[in-house]
Amino acid sequence: MRSDVAQFNLSAPPSLDAVLAQLAAEPGKHTPIAGGTELMVALNTGRLTQHSLVSIHQLKELRFIRAEQDAIHIGSGATFTDIRRSAEIAADLPLLIESASWTGTIANQNRATLGGNICNASPAADTPPALLAYGASITLISASATAGKIATRTLPYTEFHLAYKKTVLRPEELVHSVSVPRNFSGYRQYIRKVGTRNALAISKIALAALAKLDGDALADIRLGAASLTDRPVRCSAAEAALLGKSVGPKAMDATVRAARAALASETHTIDDIRSTAKYRSAVAGNLLEEFLRSLAV
Amino acid sequence: MTEITFTINGTPRTLDVPPMKRLLDVLREDLHLTGTKEGCGEGECGACAVLLDGNLVNSCLVPALQVNGSRLCTIEGVSTEGRLHPIQQCFLERGGAQCGICTPGMILATHHLLDKHPSPTLEQIQEGLAGNLCRCTGYMRIFESVQEAAKLGTS
Repeated sequence: MRSDVAQFNLSAPPSLDAVLAQLAAEPGKHTPIAGGTELMVALNTGRLTQHSLVSIHQLKELRFIRAEQDAIHIGSGATFTDIRRSAEIAADLPLLIESASWTGTIANQNRATLGGNICNASPAADTPPALLAYGASITLISASATAGKIATRTLPYTEFHLAYKKTVLRPEELVHSVSVPRNFSGYRQYIRKVGTRNALAISKIALAALAKLDGDALADIRLGAASLTDRPVRCSAAEAALLGKSVGPKAMDATVRAARAALASETHTIDDIRSTAKYRSAVAGNLLEEFLRSLAV
Repeated sequence: MTEITFTINGTPRTLDVPPMKRLLDVLREDLHLTGTKEGCGEGECGACAVLLDGNLVNSCLVPALQVNGSRLCTIEGVSTEGRLHPIQQCFLERGGAQCGICTPGMILATHHLLDKHPSPTLEQIQEGLAGNLCRCTGYMRIFESVQEAAKLGTS
């Protein structure tokens, strides 16, 4: 049942300062809306519970991609199309490009933003596995008590998601940007999403992985996953089990077994409309094994 | 109600609308431009696709206030002086349209695709139209229509 649009209010303040002031004046009263690809679906199906919205899509301050020497800073208002068109991201962060291409369709990618994808906080969201594997950090902003200043806090992205659709974002805060380290030369990179079909499918399971080898030993290993638990997660048990392990021909089978066991230990998969916990757990292990075997030296 | 001003198919318009009203409904109900269709209402089928500042968007997911100050193109703005746009002509001649519900969105998605990729590969056509669902003609004739339009160098 569609909502009655007359029951909803939407404002579009012209500046970031004005939006932050509005959020701070009545914390929790106004819900930010960017490209609308999530909230408008909720509106259309009568599920939108927030009745006062504040548009942030017009804020040029949040729509940027800035490449610096050590990191690429992506404004929360950057669209998936912006990300896919960035030569710097394509060169250094291919897993992010790949995951951005999974999201929705061209029409949705032209509207949907990185900040929206993260704040919607679906456990199945496309970009978090890559951001987690790359070790991204996230910067949150709010109005400051000092006039003309913006309060800022930056934290590791691994700390952002607290539980199912729960994040550390406070009602008066916005995500300003995500900063992704870019120096992964010498790393092997892997990402794969398993869904019902290629286009327009929400993932049953997705895994992003980075590894650096020292000879045949894993000198660094980073794993980010979607739909493995109630939120996007870094797979730290599997990483710990793999660090220093050999992917040489003699050791590979044992390494794969240890990795699968560790991953299963931290997998609290869920049964839902898209898949079952059993299937997800098995396929997550298969993806990790596929990555490890691709490293064979 | 909020006043919004935008350009629709080359004509400036100012309207008083609820700010969260879907662009799709503004087009169909306020402007009587019924070429834009509603399919799923969830941004998956592309029947409501229009060009917003030159970018393909699903109008069922755009709140009216967010088009304030924008330039919009709907299927009604694709033809000129009563003559079909070459993309439309190709869909007509190649059997790319049957019942017609998906066709306006297909045409605008093709328009957007050929703007970016004047000579698209089949894979680029498939990705460019992945958000536009057709339930009768099937996709092969649509892909052929797009290839024919690309050959004519139209966009």
